[in-house]
Amino acid sequence: MRLQQNEVLFLYTLRLADDALILGHRLGEWCSKAPILEEDLALTNIALDMIGRAEAILRYAAEVEGKGHTEDDLAYKRPERKFYNHLLVEQENGDFAHTIARQLFISTFEYHLYTALLKSSDENIAGIAAKAIKEIKYHKKHASDWCIRLGDGTEESKERMQTALNDLWMYTGELFEMDDINEWLHEGGIAADLRKLEGPWKTDIVDVLAQAKLTVPSSGYMQTGSRKGIHTEKLGYILAEMQYLQRAYPTAKW
Amino acid sequence: MENIQDSQWPLWEVFIQSQPGTPYKHAGSVHGPDKSIAMQNARDTYFRRNEGTSIWIVPSNAIVASDPNDSDMLFDPSNDKAYRHPTFYTMPEGALNI
Repeated sequence: MRLQQNEVLFLYTLRLADDALILGHRLGEWCSKAPILEEDLALTNIALDMIGRAEAILRYAAEVEGKGHTEDDLAYKRPERKFYNHLLVEQENGDFAHTIARQLFISTFEYHLYTALLKSSDENIAGIAAKAIKEIKYHKKHASDWCIRLGDGTEESKERMQTALNDLWMYTGELFEMDDINEWLHEGGIAADLRKLEGPWKTDIVDVLAQAKLTVPSSGYMQTGSRKGIHTEKLGYILAEMQYLQRAYPTAKW
Repeated sequence: MENIQDSQWPLWEVFIQSQPGTPYKHAGSVHGPDKSIAMQNARDTYFRRNEGTSIWIVPSNAIVASDPNDSDMLFDPSNDKAYRHPTFYTMPEGALNI
């Protein structure tokens, strides 16, 4: 299938937006359930950063698509197979260590991705990156600090943190996969070359895990599928909850 | 304060500067296991709505507070000393903005 240029850009913006939207929803699930009040605020703050970013990118995606959709249409009326977030961000919160491991992996990735996107030839993407990168630096620091404290904490916190890292490691390979869409947009100076991000990402992760006195998980089988809209069973549950209202009452307004 | 049992992390007092050059004001307190996390907690608790440009955090147990029993000694003597206020000058004519 031959895609038009705007269709390629549309799919790419959805990938960026869906990571933020789905992770925002996941982090929001911590609301009122975090280990302590201050961390409850921290996690939901990050969730709000994510949802704000998703809104900005989806608004641009709708404009690129040119079919008269709004950002809300794209968030609440798209079926699962048309979501392109990484499998990593749809994984369940688990215990606090799993949430921190997921955040460490994705925020370190986003730090390098959005740093590259600051130079995107698409000025909308570059503009969104300029705003997002400040938030991402904080998310990365938050997750790194917690990983170090849990890893170098008690016997139980160390074991839980290591288990979380091991459990989620198989979802990190996908972050650096390049398909035709990435290649085309990279050639046009719009998208980042993901292959070049893997080295710096790994360096950062190894550094944090060394400070945390944890072991870098050994790379085995890596999960894949999100570039084609193929997800783990977790995403369906998120969408069922997130999209319920608009599905049940299609014209409902706030 | 010190004999009150707190099951959470150590307490920190948070001070906010709303603009460069203005005094820091007490915003409230947060829990945090160490400086770095306490600073992040202070930010997440008190700085989400554009409240300021700088934060100080201080371990709560480092703050020395006046003893309420000393109030009469410390504060009452200044109650009836109106002459300590600079209100007994005649303003020069034409000086509108002093």
